[in-house]
Amino acid sequence: MEEQLKTTCLYPEHIALGAKMSPFAGYMMPIQYSSITEEHNAVRHHCGVFDVSHMGEIFVSGPDAERFVNHIFSGDISPMTEGQCQYGMMLYPDGGTVDDLLVYKEYRKDHYLLVVNAANVDKDEKWIRQNSDGFVVNIKNESPAWGQLAVQGPEAEQVLGKVLAADLSGIEFYHFVDTQLYGKRAIVSRTGYTGEDGFEVYAAPEAIVGLWKALLAADVVPCGLGCRDTLRFEAGLPLYGDELSADISPVMAGFSMFCKLDKAEFIGKDAIAKQKAEGTAKKLVGLEMADKAIPRAGYPVQLEDGTEVGVVTTGYHSISLDKSICFALVDREAGALGNTLYIQIHRKVFPAVVVKKRFYQTNYKK
Amino acid sequence: MSKIIEGLLYSESHEWVKVDGDVAVIGVSDFAQAEMGDITYVDLPEEGDEFSKEEDFGALESVKASSELYSPVSGKVVAVNAALEDAPELINADPYANWIIKIEMSDKAELDTLLNAAAYAEIAK
Repeated sequence: MEEQLKTTCLYPEHIALGAKMSPFAGYMMPIQYSSITEEHNAVRHHCGVFDVSHMGEIFVSGPDAERFVNHIFSGDISPMTEGQCQYGMMLYPDGGTVDDLLVYKEYRKDHYLLVVNAANVDKDEKWIRQNSDGFVVNIKNESPAWGQLAVQGPEAEQVLGKVLAADLSGIEFYHFVDTQLYGKRAIVSRTGYTGEDGFEVYAAPEAIVGLWKALLAADVVPCGLGCRDTLRFEAGLPLYGDELSADISPVMAGFSMFCKLDKAEFIGKDAIAKQKAEGTAKKLVGLEMADKAIPRAGYPVQLEDGTEVGVVTTGYHSISLDKSICFALVDREAGALGNTLYIQIHRKVFPAVVVKKRFYQTNYKK
Repeated sequence: MSKIIEGLLYSESHEWVKVDGDVAVIGVSDFAQAEMGDITYVDLPEEGDEFSKEEDFGALESVKASSELYSPVSGKVVAVNAALEDAPELINADPYANWIIKIEMSDKAELDTLLNAAAYAEIAK
């Protein structure tokens, strides 16, 4: 139902640019402006800007904030310093994934920002609230009040710095500054979802619209969700719903390094510890094909004799690597590195070799 | 407004047919290529494969999506445009000059079920 879809503050800009729009996570979002390939390459080689205002911002504060975030989050936030970000998950007691998110430790004692997936904002807020009994915390879902841009690519530091009239070289990877943008509070972090260096900027919608226009005037390429997916996929990053879900735990997806088992407790800890010790029935693998046919989400993965052992979760003909690759969730024993599996694509079956999931060598500035 | 060529026959699934005796030359319409965007791969059948009308004989792939190709007529594949294997973008460049397969028809009466240019123009928008 189109009339029930939400729009971001930049919707009129997308329409004016002639973007191809499509529903995503309850929002009408730009998929592409020129072509996915051109936008993808702009981010890999120059600089692109994404409207990611649909993402959710949930603020947690109060005397028990640190202990509470550590209770619901798979990572350990205790060693974080003010101005630092951390990636991790919220988990169900059985180890399934509620969401993957970024935690920002604000420049105020006992204040944290949780940046969550758009499709999960309501579910996450409910989950956070229902697990807050016994903690003295204030939980505020401020998602509608915040817009967000992702400025990504090797030229991001220089171009965004010029537009903001600020030197961004001092912001380290997974750190942020609190600043002002067109008179509004803004958060600028060195984070992203593309495998390239880049920044994410959070601010009030008016300020985000102003920044968007200034970036386009500085020849930054507007990029849609189409290439956001091809970029994150090549870099081996999961998308909630495809590679992480209530049924796919971080251990199955190969992201157990974000679950800190040396932490006193967190929801899902026991299940994750058990999965790590015993292994899981399924695991997420990378598959690489020699043929040009394209594996798509949902296509079956088989052994040579036709026995089905799994399913493709995301797949493309990789733009940066010029080969057909995919993530697939397969039986653990079938997913050993170097194994040959077979993907059913249309009427044919193609061999594919199990490879590491980070297909593309990321270029983070660390 | 997409380009539609007079004298060709069209299917509702956006393939075009040029009749050459008993052979149907088959491609996709300008409307179809524009909807797909940049085509990155064409999944082609092999010579000798047999398809019945409306059976899928291959697919067009863009970065984002896969779109199946349906045979407008029944018969046997007698030629495949191998140039599309290395240059799938030819379909974007000129979908009418770059045919995909040629089928030797087993039932020419099936042509009567296809659309002429005027009728196809009604659905290609």
